[in-house]
Amino acid sequence: MTKPRPLRADSRLERVLRSGRFAVTAELNAPDSADPEDVYRNALVLAEVCDAINATDGSGANCHMSSMGCCALLTRAGYEAVLQVSCRDRNRIGIQGDLLGAAAMGVKNVLCLTGDDVSVGDQPQAKRVFDLDSIQLLRTARIMRDKGVFLSGRKLSTPPRFFLGAAANPFAPPREFRHLRLLKKVEAGADFIQTQYCFDVPVLAEFMRRVRDLGLHERVYILVGVGPLRSEKAAEFMRTKVPGVWIPDAIVERLRKTPKKQQREEGKRICIEIIQQVREIEGVHGVHVMAYRQEETVAEIIQRAGLLPRRPRNGRERSRRPAPRKP
Amino acid sequence: MTHMPEARRWPGSEWLKDHPRLLEVVYDAAKALLERSYPLMKRLSPTLAQRLLLWSEELVKGYLFNCQMCGQCILHSTGMTCPMNCPKNLRNGPCGGVRADGHCEVIPEMPCVWVQAWRRSQRMVHYREEILLIQPPVNRTLEHTSAWVNMLEGVDAQTPPGWNDG
Repeated sequence: MTKPRPLRADSRLERVLRSGRFAVTAELNAPDSADPEDVYRNALVLAEVCDAINATDGSGANCHMSSMGCCALLTRAGYEAVLQVSCRDRNRIGIQGDLLGAAAMGVKNVLCLTGDDVSVGDQPQAKRVFDLDSIQLLRTARIMRDKGVFLSGRKLSTPPRFFLGAAANPFAPPREFRHLRLLKKVEAGADFIQTQYCFDVPVLAEFMRRVRDLGLHERVYILVGVGPLRSEKAAEFMRTKVPGVWIPDAIVERLRKTPKKQQREEGKRICIEIIQQVREIEGVHGVHVMAYRQEETVAEIIQRAGLLPRRPRNGRERSRRPAPRKP
Repeated sequence: MTHMPEARRWPGSEWLKDHPRLLEVVYDAAKALLERSYPLMKRLSPTLAQRLLLWSEELVKGYLFNCQMCGQCILHSTGMTCPMNCPKNLRNGPCGGVRADGHCEVIPEMPCVWVQAWRRSQRMVHYREEILLIQPPVNRTLEHTSAWVNMLEGVDAQTPPGWNDG
């Protein structure tokens, strides 16, 4: 990053990225449970190896504990959280209120998403909202932060401080438009980007070339989404059933040629190779590890990819219990 | 929201949308014509003017674009492809869920509105770059009103008070 930029929220993620270090974030799978321990158990294995933990907002349009709930628990225990906000379930009134609530709980990073459609989830009968789209949501969050007002123009007595993120999918059509959509997101207020799963490095490299041509790599931090494929079957499922995931035949073929028992290991190896390859691309500032229901593999992948140790943590972040409150 | 699979689209409408330069000219002409005739129509009978425009808009834009009557038309900025046909109502570009064949995540038999919008926008002359504009949140109070009247009255250009100079 060549140009100095104003400090947005002084979040840990922002500090790591500004320092020029290769950042690592990871996705927390929100539990189907009302027990906070289920969140902390998942967070514990991620926290030691990454700079921030993303709390998903009904990913795949399936109902899980809310990202607000997860973030409340994470920040209470001193973890660095990224609040994912999707436009699918709440209108502009609900979202702006949530943003204030999140900031009050200590959330400093927000990822603004359109969201998967209700039709792919476990309750396709639900009403889809999409009152705002992701770019309008980004700009709304930026307005609240920088102008200190709601969309209505009403003043906030204390504006939230957010490091604002957005998603990008370099692999979905229309591919010639994807870098321009990124430009729109940067103009709407994105400070960092987390991409969809990357299994096709040449496609990403081409996207990044276009991003560099627009100079966007100097205006926004880009974290490339990666994750381990558990098996050939899982790969086949992901590329046919999960919206927006692109897995080239070569990867599936490579898993198919591997004996069933070793496919899991091969999937991790592919992930590590991809991390090492994307690291070499100019303008890539980090990786975002998404290991759906295999959090325990994240630490191993990050370690074997040569991304450890992460920055030394302060004492508070070691403890996953809330500090006792002073009366 | 009514979705029409590609096969059931009205005859000729796809051909016209695939020739957005022609529609661009029609749009400019219609706009100029309306800007001149609307004050007169309004003086004769404001209710009738509104009814007439609403009715003809429903008919023409319904036939051509499967118009959803959002009341704040941005067709010329989106490659003459109605963004309200996107099941997520996205007005600023495609979501990340577009299928590898360029079809919609939600309705697999329908081509993604934004894949078409992007392709068509690049064939336009005057409004080619407008696909890069950041579109403000939709004013839901304008739903089922005439976008032409809203344009002529300047209502559709109003954004939430906090939105501008963000």
